[in-house]
Parts: sequence; C-alpha cells; structure tokens
Amino acid sequence: MNKILFSAVSKKFVMALAGLFLLLFLPVHLGINLMLLRSDPEPFNTAAHFMATFPLVKVVEILLILAIMTHITYGLIIQVHNWLSRPVRYAVRNKSDTSAFSRFMIWTGGSVLIFLVIHFFNFYFIKLGIVEGDPENFYAIAYQLFAVRGYAILYWVCFLILGFHLYHALQSAFQTLGWSNEFWKPVIRVISLIYSIVIPMGFAIIPLIIRFFK
Amino acid sequence: MKLKLKIWKQGDAHSRGSFVTYDLDGVAPEMSFIEMLTYLNETLIGKGEEPVTFEHDCHEGICGSCGMYINGYPHGPVKGLTTCLLSMRNFKDGETIVIEPWRAKPFPVIKDLMVDRNALDKIQQAGGFISVTTGAAPEANTIPVNKKNSDLAFDASVCIGCGACVAACKNASAMLFVSAKISQYALLPQGRPEGKERVRAMIAEMDRQGFGSCSNTGACEAQCPKQIKLFNIARLNREYYKAF
Amino acid sequence: MITLDSKIPEGPLEEKWTRYKANAKLVSPANKKKLDIIVVGTGISGAPAASALGEMGYNVKVFCYQDTPRRAHSVAAQGGINAAKNYKNDGDSVYHLFYDVIKGGDFRAREANVYRIAEVSNQIIDHFTAIGVPFAREYGGTLTTRSFGGVQVSRTFYSRGQTGQQVLLGAYSSLVRQIKEGTVTMYPRREMLDLVVVDGKARGIVVRNLITGEIERHSAHAVVLATGGYGTIYYLSTLAVNSNASAAWNAYKRGAAFANPSFVQIHPSSVPQMNEFQSKLTLMSESLRNDGRVWVPKTKGDSRPPNEIPEEDRDYYLERRYPAFGNLVPRDVASRAAKERCDAGYGVGPTGLAVNLDFRDAIKKQGQKAIEEKYGNLFDMYKDITGIDSYTEPMRIYPAGHYTMGGLWVNYDLMTTIPGLFAVGESNFSDHGANRLGASSLMQGAGDGYFILPYTISNYLASEIKTPRINTDTAEFQEAETRSAEKIKRLLSIRGKQTATTFHKKLGKIMWDHCGMTRNEKGLTEAIGLIRELREEFWKDLNVPGRADELNQELEKAGRVADFLELGELMMTDALNRRESCGAHFREESQTPDHEALRNDDEYAYVAVWEYNGDEPPVLHKEELKFEFVELKQRSYK
Repeated sequence: MNKILFSAVSKKFVMALAGLFLLLFLPVHLGINLMLLRSDPEPFNTAAHFMATFPLVKVVEILLILAIMTHITYGLIIQVHNWLSRPVRYAVRNKSDTSAFSRFMIWTGGSVLIFLVIHFFNFYFIKLGIVEGDPENFYAIAYQLFAVRGYAILYWVCFLILGFHLYHALQSAFQTLGWSNEFWKPVIRVISLIYSIVIPMGFAIIPLIIRFFK
Repeated sequence: MKLKLKIWKQGDAHSRGSFVTYDLDGVAPEMSFIEMLTYLNETLIGKGEEPVTFEHDCHEGICGSCGMYINGYPHGPVKGLTTCLLSMRNFKDGETIVIEPWRAKPFPVIKDLMVDRNALDKIQQAGGFISVTTGAAPEANTIPVNKKNSDLAFDASVCIGCGACVAACKNASAMLFVSAKISQYALLPQGRPEGKERVRAMIAEMDRQGFGSCSNTGACEAQCPKQIKLFNIARLNREYYKAF
Repeated sequence: MITLDSKIPEGPLEEKWTRYKANAKLVSPANKKKLDIIVVGTGISGAPAASALGEMGYNVKVFCYQDTPRRAHSVAAQGGINAAKNYKNDGDSVYHLFYDVIKGGDFRAREANVYRIAEVSNQIIDHFTAIGVPFAREYGGTLTTRSFGGVQVSRTFYSRGQTGQQVLLGAYSSLVRQIKEGTVTMYPRREMLDLVVVDGKARGIVVRNLITGEIERHSAHAVVLATGGYGTIYYLSTLAVNSNASAAWNAYKRGAAFANPSFVQIHPSSVPQMNEFQSKLTLMSESLRNDGRVWVPKTKGDSRPPNEIPEEDRDYYLERRYPAFGNLVPRDVASRAAKERCDAGYGVGPTGLAVNLDFRDAIKKQGQKAIEEKYGNLFDMYKDITGIDSYTEPMRIYPAGHYTMGGLWVNYDLMTTIPGLFAVGESNFSDHGANRLGASSLMQGAGDGYFILPYTISNYLASEIKTPRINTDTAEFQEAETRSAEKIKRLLSIRGKQTATTFHKKLGKIMWDHCGMTRNEKGLTEAIGLIRELREEFWKDLNVPGRADELNQELEKAGRVADFLELGELMMTDALNRRESCGAHFREESQTPDHEALRNDDEYAYVAVWEYNGDEPPVLHKEELKFEFVELKQRSYK
C-alpha cells in the first residue's frame, strides 16, 4: 500500500490533484477581492462574512487547508527524494532545454508559501481568532495594508512569482494526470498561459488601482 | 584543431574522482567525439599515461553504449544525436570541453566516464515484456492493429536505453525510459492482457532503483537522441492510474 | 582428425525438417532443470536461443561483453527481415524464399539448411508480432512488406530503417522475462576467452570479467556460441567496434572446424573513410540505390565539384555495365564495380576512394518531399557525419566489410565438430553460401535461436540426462584458465611502442587490400607473409598499459587483435584455396571475358572446412554440396 501511495507517479498524482483544487479556488478568491475596488465596503465585507460563516463553505475551507498541507508536504517529500537521486552533482550547469520555470518550482512554491503565511496572519488567523483584529471589516484591513508601500511591492512580487509557478503547474498537472497528448499539449500550454497571467494580474491590479487611482 | 579537455577521472566505484585537464592538438573537424577521445587515448598511451575509460560500440547511434555529459549537455550540444555521432565540427578551435559521466544515484561510476546502467535492465525485467512463449504465437495477421497506434508504438520503441534522459533530468528520473516501454505495449493489443501488472511492476522497480520523480520539465525530451516525446509520460501516468 | 557428417535427414526437401522433428529425442521437464546450457552472445540468435531454452525449462547461463544484452550489434541491422508469408499475393512461397537464398549465395550453401530456415521464417514473424515488435502496417491493420535485395517478390517485414533494433529489443524482452523467471542467469560484461572440452565434449567456458579482470570458469552440459561475425578484422567495417572473433576463434583452436572463412560480404554503400582516425564505416542502407544514381567523372582526376560536372562528363558505370539491373545490382557486384572505378583512378572525394550516389534526378522527378519521406533519416545521418547536404550535392559512398558468411562449421543439428558445442546465427556458416541476400541475416539468426536450436539441442541433451552437473574444479578447466591467464600476462609484459589499435589498423589494411573485394594468388600469398610479419611484430612491440586485474579496455582490444592476427591468415589460406569466383569471393584468375565472376562448380562445389593443426598449416576437409532440388546456374545481371 505504501508503495502505491508513495510511488513516484502517485506522489505527483496527489500533488497535481491538490494543486488543481487550489487553482479552482483562486478565481473565487479573486472574485471577492475585486469587490475591494468598490468604494462601498459593504459588498466585500458581506462576501467575507458569508465565506466565514456559511456551513458548506466551512467544508470547502477544510478541504482547502488539507489541499495546501498535502501539496506542501508531498512537494517537500518529492523534492528531497529528487535531490537524493543525484548525490554527486555535475560540475557544469545542465544546459538542456527545459520549459521555463519548471526547474524552480520548489523555490517559487516556497515564496508563495511565505506570502501565504503573512496573508494568514493578516486575515485568516483574525477570522479564526488567533490574531487580534476585526473579522467583520477585512475591507479596512486590506486598505490599510495596501497603503504600506513595502507591503504592496511584496504583494506584486508574490503574484508575479505565483504566475511563474502556475504557468508550469497547470501544464504539469495535466501531464501528471495523464491528460496530454500531441494534440492537446499546445492547447494546454495556451490555457496555462492565460490562467497564469489573468489570475495573478487580477490580484495584482487591486493594490495598483487602490494606490494610484483612488 | 586544438582543444583543452577537462575530463572526469575516477579509478573505480569506491575511489574519489577528480577532473584531469588534457591539451590535445591535431583534432580534425570530421572526427566524431568518440574518435577524438580514442585519438586522445592513443596519444596518452604513447606518453605512458593512463587512457580514459569510456563506452562506445556501434558508432551509429543505435546501441546506446556511449554517453557522456559534454559541456552541460548529455550527448553534447546537438539535439537528436548520440555522442558517437556528434561531430567535432560542432566545437571551436581552442575550446575547453568539460566531460563528465552520467550522474545519478542508480548509475554509479564504474571508471572515469563509464557508469553502470544495469538499473534500466532491472526496470525492464520487472515487466517490460509480453509473456508469449516461443511457439505459442498466433498467425501474425490474426490481430489487426490500428496503423496510427502501431506507428506511435514504434516511435516509443526506438529508445536505445542510453540513459541520457536520466542524465538530463534534474531529478535523475527514468520516467521517459519507462514511458517509452509502457507506451509501446499499451498501444498494441498484444500488450493489453498484462498491461496493469506491467506498469505497476515497472514503476515499483523504478522507485526501488532510486530514480527521482518527474517534474515535467522536458529536459529528457530535449536530450533524447531518439527524440522520444514527453506525452509518452502522460500515457504512462494514465496507464498507471488505470492499473488500480 | 575430424570427420564431417552433415547429418542431413533423408527424404524430400520439404519433409526433412518435419521428419527430423518427429524423430528428435525429447527431454522430460524434470530432467531439463538438471541440465545447464551456456549461451555466449545476446544478439538476434543468442537472445532468442537463451529465452527459448529458458522457457523450455533448461538452466541457461548467458554471457555478453556489453553492459546489457540489448546492445548486441544486431541492433544496427536496418533493412528488414524476410519471411515467406505471401501477404502481398505476389506468388511467394517457402520454396521461392529458399531458392532466392540459395541462388543469392551463389550455390555454395547446403540445400537442407536453407530450406529449413525458409520454412521457419513465417513463425519468426508470428512470434515477433506476438511479443510486441512494431512492424510496419497497412491502414487496414495488417502487416506490410517491402521488396528488398533485388528479388521478385515483396517479402521483407520492417520497422522503418530500424528493423534490427526492433527485433533485437523484442528478443531482449523475452530474455529479461526468463531472467525474471529464474531460468536464465545473465552474465554481462564478460568476454569468452576459451572453450573447455572434457572427454571430447564441450563442457564449459572461461571468461574474463571485464570490470574486475577476474578469470571465471563456467560449466554446462552444452555450449552455444552466438557470437556473430568477424568483419571487424578489416578494422574499418560497418560492425560495432568491439565485435570480435575471439570466442569462435578459440573454439576453432579447441577443435571446432571453421568453414569458408574467406566469404565476407562487402556492402557497397557506406560513408567513405575521411581520415586516418576514423574507426567505423557507417552503413547507408541499400534502399538508397532505388532512387540514387551511382557515377564517377569520365576523366581521371576531374577535381570540379560534382554539381559542376555536366551530364556528358559523368560515367554512370553501373547503368553502363549492367543495363538490365542498373543501380540495383546485388551488393557484391556493386562493390566490385566501385572498386574497379576507384582503382582505375576515377574515384571522387579527398581520398579518391569514393563514388557519387546522386539524387538529383530523383528529386527533380519526385520532388524533395518524396525523397525526404523515404530517406530523411539517412540523409540526416549522412549530414551529421560528413556535413554534406545530399539534397543539393551527391552523397559519397564506398564499400565496407559488412557480414561474414563464413563461420564455424555446423551440421544439420547446428552442432560444430566438437560434440556439445553449437553455433547459431552469423557465427556459423550454414545458410548464406558465398553471399548473403538482404534481410536474411535477422531471419537466420532468429530462426536458429527460436525455432531450430531448441529441437536440435534437446536431441543432443537427451543423451546427457545422466551426466551430473559439471564440476569446474578439474584439470581441463584449470588448463583453459591458465592458458588464458598466460596469454593476458604475455600481452601485458611486452610493453613495446605500438598500441593494439595501431596493429589492428595495419592488419585491416592488409586484409582489405588482399582479401577484400577482389583477390588473386599473388596478393594472397604475399599477404600471408605480411600477416606473419605483423604477428611477430605484434608480440614484440605491443604496448598495453595497465594491469590484468582491473577494467582495462586496451587489454580487451589487444586480446581481440591477437586472435584476428591468426584468423586473418586462415582467411587468406581459404581464399587462396578457392580458385573460383563465387558470390562475394572474387578471384581475379576466374572471371569471364567481360570481367564478371566465373564460378567453377566442377571443382569447387564444396564447403571448405578447416581444422586447426597447432603450429602446422590447417587441414582442409571438403563437404561436397549436393544439389538435388535446384539446378546450378550462373548469375547474370547484364
């Protein structure tokens, strides 16, 4: 059983599934965030409140946390195993043609994780009551944070990195799940490109508008 | 042509290796990379020095014996070629060439540039066959095979087992090698009856040998001298999930 | 003194094999487990033999010098594999295949053996298809064939230009299956040094572990040699550079007779030699001559680039000499014609040892795309090697040593003159006579291994069931080991000036010049002297660095060259003896007024079988070839 759950292919399968689940959540999150652009804080806060209290969302939330944990744990296991697979490294850097960003997934993923931790402290932990703050007014918290230049820059950089991560992640997930062949491969590439530009851009555009146009 | 060769020298699997630099004059551009190294060895023996150990046999890119990591590329900088077909025309006069053995945990160095690739045999042994005993085969045309599938099976089966995919992969993964064999049999009706057992056994053996996972970076596809395609790995994954 | 008994079964040609099988003795499953068989070599005869014997339940030990059985040089065969399936409904039959092989071999092969290989050819295709070899197919899903090697039917099954690879990997897959089952034990990176004969029977081998240098003893109730040909004796050939004759040669020295050693096929189209460092002549498939036209300039030493030589200054010599077959004449004829032109001073390229193979007219007629589809991979390979684009400039080709029809003499059982020692595939002499037809080598190798040897070896082993496992701790094994160790010691102790490769090149030149495409008495006699001198020089001035007890590639080469230096003399002796031209063997003394090969059936319709005689000259035995079912005809391609 262990062999099956932790075979080279199964590990990637689990990672891909968890990752894809997170990818589904991102547009929802983006949809709510876009309400920040309205001058009236009410719609955003209501949506946030709904997300925090509706029972079905609760279930999804647990799944999301599980997905994040799984994605990270498996990612680390795979990475450590991969490093161990080449105990003696090459003296000359490998120059083989590879798809861009695929070599740096552990680093882009790690960066996103760091942002996620900050993000949790800023919002999610407030909701859980671990960190002090008003869970009913995330709108105000968001505006305060975006007002800090350093935070805004960090936010932009993190979404740029997330874009890199997603571009390979989406293609890789399809490949890992076996949904790729000669015909679909270019199509999947375009879908990944669109997704990895649109979603992070959507997020990144919010502090931009708030800081410069409001 | 005059070259500076920085070559990995290692006595045997247990000793520590290091790079040794050789200056080689009189290299002809029409030599193959292997011929250039043979020429180096002839000069070394003449000088009473120890020659460099490396593998090569057919010199036409089909046996899979040769293989070295040249200036950061398995089989050198030209795509779709094995080391034995790599011509010295692709290098400049006065160039420094760094030559390393394949590096992967399942490929221990035997001597200098020669590594042990027995792990690939072990994977094939686990299930890379169709269990038909000699004499038991039906008439060849009894089972028609879709031409497209047959051609795709051929495209996968041209793998020469050189290990360049493992050498190129940042994770030293053997997925392209395994997927080539799995694809060949998955695409042919003859391979279906024991398809599930095959893919499970081969993946289990691949793990046992210590190869890494696939990160879908495509380095294997880029360096494969037989240009085996990455979507074979997608097919391998599919076959694996279906096997449970 | 050996006696030759070919043991051909009685009866009509088409019933011989059936009768043999009906009368062959069987071994019970319980006894098979107790019987050991050694197979040396894992090519297209060794891997099938080992896997088939393993499937039957014998205890098989397999040896190869490569790191894995999948690398044996059968992997490089390009064209295809023949079978008498008649899928194209063009009138093919077992008899037609048999006749083509006999005729292609210029009537110097044994009728019964050739008929048998034609008979099993269909089973080979069935088996390879069943184990997943992706042969080319029609849109309807059935197998397709192409015509190959100048025969009138389309009977060659193929996988693009890599048929050898595909069938070898198929055979390898069944071999690893048996390794997994435990019936076959694999010993890679071992080179056979000697054969062990106990009480007149082959009982084991002595090998060198190429990694540790250790000499190992292995015993068995029977030994099968599947060690391929000796074309690398020419140094430059289409073979893998490590292919060698040592196993067969040492078996010869232990008493296995060698048949027709001088019958070597020279392939007409390989990439010519470009410099003295070149180690290999890469084959350019015979199929190229379907569309390419062969020519040289009409004036000697015409140094204009080929494209600037106008039509009237070109000599399409094959079309001129052989109007009926033109560029499609058989391999031996095309090779000799190229040599004739180059020797006369019309050769092209920097060395003058090449002829043009021009696709200009074919491209004009069919378009570049059509040519690309047919030969794209070959054009690419040619460009990789030479840097020349054959779409715009003619390819340069020259003949190269390719396949050895000669080999260990075997009877109908595929057994050599040493009881218990069998030889299969290219290592034996049996089926191709004086010239091999295209796409027959894979057929013969696989047929011997899968469908013939399993019957004949069981027939032999049935009388060995009472023999207990062979002990390796005996005087005979000790003697073989000492002999091998001493040879290695001797090679290492010379510490002269010249490398093994240097000697190999020198030997290759002698062989090529005097025992290549054309031979004559004066040249051969001279060459024997040259080889003896070279051999003497070898044992005085060889330089092998390193030690015996380590991985030592130079030592491996030196051992092989030492054996080649002896085999070369036997080839010359055989060529000298055969004062006729037949197949690939062209004696200048025996030609028609218009310089074509002239066979002499009255005096030479026999297999020349050579018995080792220590330091004395080898003893010639003759196996008369009786043609009961075909009529002997002179080949003509005019």
